[in-house]
Amino acid sequence: MNFDFSDDAKALGEQAKKLFADRAGTARARAAMAKDAPDFDAGLWTEIANLGWTAARVPEAHGGLGLTAEESCQLAEAAGASLAVVPLVSTLLATEALLIAGSDAQQAKYLPGIADGSLIAVAAINEPGAVNPNASAIRANGNALTGVKAPVPDLPGAHLAIVAAAGPDGPSLWLVETSAATVEPVETLDLVRRHGRLVLNGTPAEPLGDSAAYQAWLDRAAVLLAFEAIGTASAAMAMTVEYAKTRVAFGQTIGRYQGVKHKCADMFIKIELARAHALHGVAMIGSDGAELRQAAAAARVASLDAVSFCAEETVQLHGGIGFTWESDCQFYYRRARALSAALGARGWWADRLVRALEQRNRAAA
Amino acid sequence: MDFNDTPAEAEYRATARAWLNENASEYREPPATPWKLDEFVRRSKAWQAKKFAAGYTGITWPKAMGGQGLGPMNSIIYGQEESRFHAPSGLYSIGLGMCIPTVFTHGNPEVIQRYVPKALLGEEVWCQLFSEPAAGSDLAGIRTKAVRDGDEWVIDGQKVWTSFAHASDFGIVVCRTDPSVPKHKGLTMFIVDMKAPGMEVRGIKQMSGGSDFNEVFFTGVRVKDSHRLGAVGDGWKVALTTLMHERLAVGGKPRHAPGYETLMKLAKGVEAPAGGPAIEAGDVRRQIAQTYINDQGIKLTQMRALSALSKGQIPGPEQSIAKVVVAKTMQDMASFALDMAGGDGFVSGADADPELAKLQGSYLGAAGLRIAGGTDEILRNIIAERVLGLPGDLRPDKDKPFNAAA
Repeated sequence: MNFDFSDDAKALGEQAKKLFADRAGTARARAAMAKDAPDFDAGLWTEIANLGWTAARVPEAHGGLGLTAEESCQLAEAAGASLAVVPLVSTLLATEALLIAGSDAQQAKYLPGIADGSLIAVAAINEPGAVNPNASAIRANGNALTGVKAPVPDLPGAHLAIVAAAGPDGPSLWLVETSAATVEPVETLDLVRRHGRLVLNGTPAEPLGDSAAYQAWLDRAAVLLAFEAIGTASAAMAMTVEYAKTRVAFGQTIGRYQGVKHKCADMFIKIELARAHALHGVAMIGSDGAELRQAAAAARVASLDAVSFCAEETVQLHGGIGFTWESDCQFYYRRARALSAALGARGWWADRLVRALEQRNRAAA
Repeated sequence: MDFNDTPAEAEYRATARAWLNENASEYREPPATPWKLDEFVRRSKAWQAKKFAAGYTGITWPKAMGGQGLGPMNSIIYGQEESRFHAPSGLYSIGLGMCIPTVFTHGNPEVIQRYVPKALLGEEVWCQLFSEPAAGSDLAGIRTKAVRDGDEWVIDGQKVWTSFAHASDFGIVVCRTDPSVPKHKGLTMFIVDMKAPGMEVRGIKQMSGGSDFNEVFFTGVRVKDSHRLGAVGDGWKVALTTLMHERLAVGGKPRHAPGYETLMKLAKGVEAPAGGPAIEAGDVRRQIAQTYINDQGIKLTQMRALSALSKGQIPGPEQSIAKVVVAKTMQDMASFALDMAGGDGFVSGADADPELAKLQGSYLGAAGLRIAGGTDEILRNIIAERVLGLPGDLRPDKDKPFNAAA
């Protein structure tokens, strides 16, 4: 039995955590809250591109390192833990779409830029008024798209958007160069990560993949985002545990009280349940396994539960100081909603999980 | 990443499977009616002797103790293969899993020679006498006392929640030998003859209706000093060895307990309050998803532990979440399912639907599972203190002499 990350993937994750700890962290996140702050930390982006992180999943033929989903998931977890103000997870999500569905020409056109960091790509799934990633109001007319995508994570500053648009049997995948569309900033609860509105008005676009490709991408995206959420949840837990070891009330550190320590234990329990399913998801991506759909949905639901719980209890266990603007608690509290809004919320994925289980039961019957 | 055996593991599994196919064929199906105690003990002894002859007992024990000297994966693989059958094995799980390793770690050579081989062969059954009415979660609060008398000790007191005491020949018992020192320091462990004069075993009827445990009363029970395990006053340390062996027995969902699939099946045949089949109702689907996430999450977490063992590494701390998740999930799922079935979920006895009766059993049993082998609260303390490094609870009696603490 070998149900664990490879040593190489773990080493990359450690390297990423260390670099982010040095270069990112909550002070940088706070700086990014300023109205006139740049869309992302361009210096850090160059650094991580030079380290090959944006190239991790890109095949060697297109200037990448040709690594596995184990490596990209380790990077997503490290990014989630650090709140690093770089569009790394978005670019990794877009890369998966190009890997699943891109033609040779499309891969040759976009992947080298992703690999060297010069091209920032994002996934544009959300639409105003919609809560179901399988229902899109974006209309295609030939190779032109019309409609609105919002809020799209990391859209300001991005060059390429993977767009889900209505197709004959459910949404399919399209490529839109943002220079051909209108990009507007969207204010969200997350004050650190930029979000945008992609306005398509007969905008030139290229078909990327059919509805089956879109469904396959959703599964992979759910696994990557689960690791990002696990990273964020773990960082919130670590900060809270540290505080509980030092804050004194009624003559002893608050970590001695079961009312406090049991909440910390519950954070750990929820994170490890999420990690087990997310790891199952990576294993299924790597082996093209039949259980990917249920593993991905379970990972998404469990990781959102973990990050919501950890974020909420982080504020709570810090007490009054945790509710101040100056405290770092708000980063996690706000980011929990960003992670949930990134790709269909908990309820939709819980339903997708049960559908996957029903389908498996029908197949077995 | 994969879920496959290494070549050596696969070979061991294939050999074990072939042996079981040959030797456990009468246990392919569960017994039509549950075995009575006599029958269960008789079958358990015969099955243990068969396993002993084939080298499937004491798999991880040192060869000097009659074991096979193999690694934990061998033991786990054999257990997985045996669990495909319904052979009687529970009688020895505590004795061979916990008591005898304590005996051969802390006993003198004569004691080891006298007891270990017969236990491994299954001729003699062992139980563990730790918990007391006033020493449950706070296990070191033991009041059963042992007083020295020449080269013997005289034991008086009461133990509780002892599994298989009524079928056991011997037990290991923790007693207070010095009440004038702090509670963890005044304990000593002994081997006791369950048939000795002054021993009385009484069954406990659980709220679930079953009787899996006993109370054991000690009145002037005499034990030779040679049957002491470890030094006088070292009983707590010795008990920790025993409990460490307990933790190696990774606890997942009880094998036949209903899970998310039971809920899915039931929800197809029940009407939702707002009309239509319950399986289409949002709250039902959420409960199915949550049950899957918890139970399957624990299974996957255990696979992470097995992967570490398979590579010769020590499993990570994440496996400590298993029981606390499984027991509460079982309770939540059962109560949800019974409520979903309305009045039918509540009717028991001869009129009960068999599937719902199983869920009722799960509902009642889960209440015990949340307490047994570490309560939800103690397990959360352990995660917080040993995994996350938070400080221990305030224990005002910890450093006071036992007989001076409140």
